[in-house]
Amino acid sequence: MATETPPPATPGAPLPTTEEFAEVQQSAEFGELRRAHRSFAFPLAVAFTAWYLLYVLLSNYAGGFMGTKVAGNVNVALVLGLAQFLTTFLIAWWYARHAAAKLDPKAEAIKSRMEGGA
Amino acid sequence: MSPAITLAAGEASDHRTLITTLFAVFVAATLVITVRAGRQTKNAADFYAGGRQFTGFQNGLAVSGDYMSAASFLGIAGAIALFGYDGFLYSIGFLVAWLVALLLVAEPLRNSGRYTMGDVLAYRMRQRPVRTAAGTSTIVVSIFYLLAQMAGAGVLVSLLLGITSDGGKIGIVALVGILMIVYVTIGGMKGTTWVQMVKAVLLIAGALLLTFLVLLKFHFNISDLLGRAADNSGKGSAFLEPGLKYGATGTTKLDFISLGIALVLGTAGLPHILIRFYTVPSAKAARKSVIWAIGLIGAFYLMTLALGFGAAALIKPDEIIASNKAGNTAAPLLALHLGGVHSDWGAILLATISAVAFATILAVVAGLTLASSSSFAHDIYANVIKRGQATEKQEVGAARWASVGIGAVSIVLGALARDLNVAGLVALAFAVAASANLPTILYSLFWKRFTTSGALWSIYGGLVTAVGLVLFSPVVSGSPASMFPDVDFHWFPLENPGIISIPVGFLLGVVGTLLSKEVPDAGKYAELEVRSLTGTGAH
Repeated sequence: MATETPPPATPGAPLPTTEEFAEVQQSAEFGELRRAHRSFAFPLAVAFTAWYLLYVLLSNYAGGFMGTKVAGNVNVALVLGLAQFLTTFLIAWWYARHAAAKLDPKAEAIKSRMEGGA
Repeated sequence: MSPAITLAAGEASDHRTLITTLFAVFVAATLVITVRAGRQTKNAADFYAGGRQFTGFQNGLAVSGDYMSAASFLGIAGAIALFGYDGFLYSIGFLVAWLVALLLVAEPLRNSGRYTMGDVLAYRMRQRPVRTAAGTSTIVVSIFYLLAQMAGAGVLVSLLLGITSDGGKIGIVALVGILMIVYVTIGGMKGTTWVQMVKAVLLIAGALLLTFLVLLKFHFNISDLLGRAADNSGKGSAFLEPGLKYGATGTTKLDFISLGIALVLGTAGLPHILIRFYTVPSAKAARKSVIWAIGLIGAFYLMTLALGFGAAALIKPDEIIASNKAGNTAAPLLALHLGGVHSDWGAILLATISAVAFATILAVVAGLTLASSSSFAHDIYANVIKRGQATEKQEVGAARWASVGIGAVSIVLGALARDLNVAGLVALAFAVAASANLPTILYSLFWKRFTTSGALWSIYGGLVTAVGLVLFSPVVSGSPASMFPDVDFHWFPLENPGIISIPVGFLLGVVGTLLSKEVPDAGKYAELEVRSLTGTGAH
């Protein structure tokens, strides 16, 4: 099928065979890694997209509400816009923490075993 | 009244000398960097991926430098200065979008690809057709983006330097084009990365300085700043609420939804952004780059808020519009006013901010040229034309020639388009990236059943739908703000095609897959899935 075979990565470490990849893919350990990534990333991706769309829809169709003054000249629209910044920063931080704790150790264990010429 | 006189308020020639000097200093500095980077560029991984030795922080800076275009700096500050809240609303999609890259794209891409977006799209597919499709969409997205930047550069620099003649404008476009060819052919990814890092530092420092000066003027009282902006705009409290730009009619509201979706989903499909993740040694470093980029880009957009409202508060709207209808010179004007219109300090600030804007454009066009020429050389020349048999030397040679070709095409198109309103092309680039690239990236990585024909349907379907709808939209014809205002063949009411073309792109990926009798290559998917999540065998 493929006309290009991926060349070896780090010098001296040959790429594992297709059979080895298939075996790892079926393993419980990799299944856990996949689940740890997907169960975190997918719902969160849906959530922040929905939250952004909600904000756009409010800006479009709820002008009165958005114009409500909160403090001085600061209104709901500005607060919600700044909240988008805040949630973006928080999600980025949260994902970094999740990845370091739940993804990296699993990924590194599998990688070093596969590249160790198992 | 000529724009230069409006902008320079009587001391035009002083400003011009200073601006030109600062431009020249920046250009000279970047050329030195480029030549040094060129000496260290020995193989394909150096040329395409900067040797993969940049740190997460360095790449985060470079990603920000690659992403924050003149459209961000000048366009958003200008939009806020003229339309208040709606300019801010516009900026938010550009930031939120980074979460798609962070959660779903950056790390798997870094783990499984080598040099281009096509590496990942074609990983488990038939190479030649999918690489052709990926190369096509990479080049289309990059050229649209490039054209908008080049034309913008022409307008901006002409305005700042008071060049109004046709020859002068064409000269500026040619100069930008030649510089980007030099950066890319000589410096490759290393040179481009350093130029983008320097630009990011300059841009953030410039924005910080202006933000500080604006806030100082209002004794750090944000409510006062907003109040003065609202009063001075002549629009009152409506200036601080959504609606002045996107809320005019039901159509403009729908148009903004369409734009917002394209911004959020397009960023993670922009080839010039994606190839930046290959410049770091690991997926972890790629993640760190995105985190830094989110911090830097977020901080920058927060500062544009101060710049935009500051300009609205301190400068009469007529003066901003007289200088540039779209408000693109609001930030440089703000610098002039903060320093004092008839003082040396004002002239110095104006020149500094103008030079920063120029640096911004150069760094972005270099990134775009590199992305499109890499894709031409690696996807189309090496893997389609030479069927994977090209040597590294031939491939890098092809990439260098491709950047000369793409640069030349952009110069010609940019010169032809110098008086056309091409601002809409940036939005189109995001829409194509979201409709043609993102679906295939996501399906390739996460959907086992996905096939070659699904990829082709999605890429070409998304591409044709997005470009086709814009061709028949008010962006191209039928309105005074169109590219061709004197003709009218539009029937699609929106300026942004995303709301239709993105679902079409995603849907066609499924339809193409389900309709084909092709059996997906399970072995290759196992390889891609394991590699993308663990980094096994990553380059």
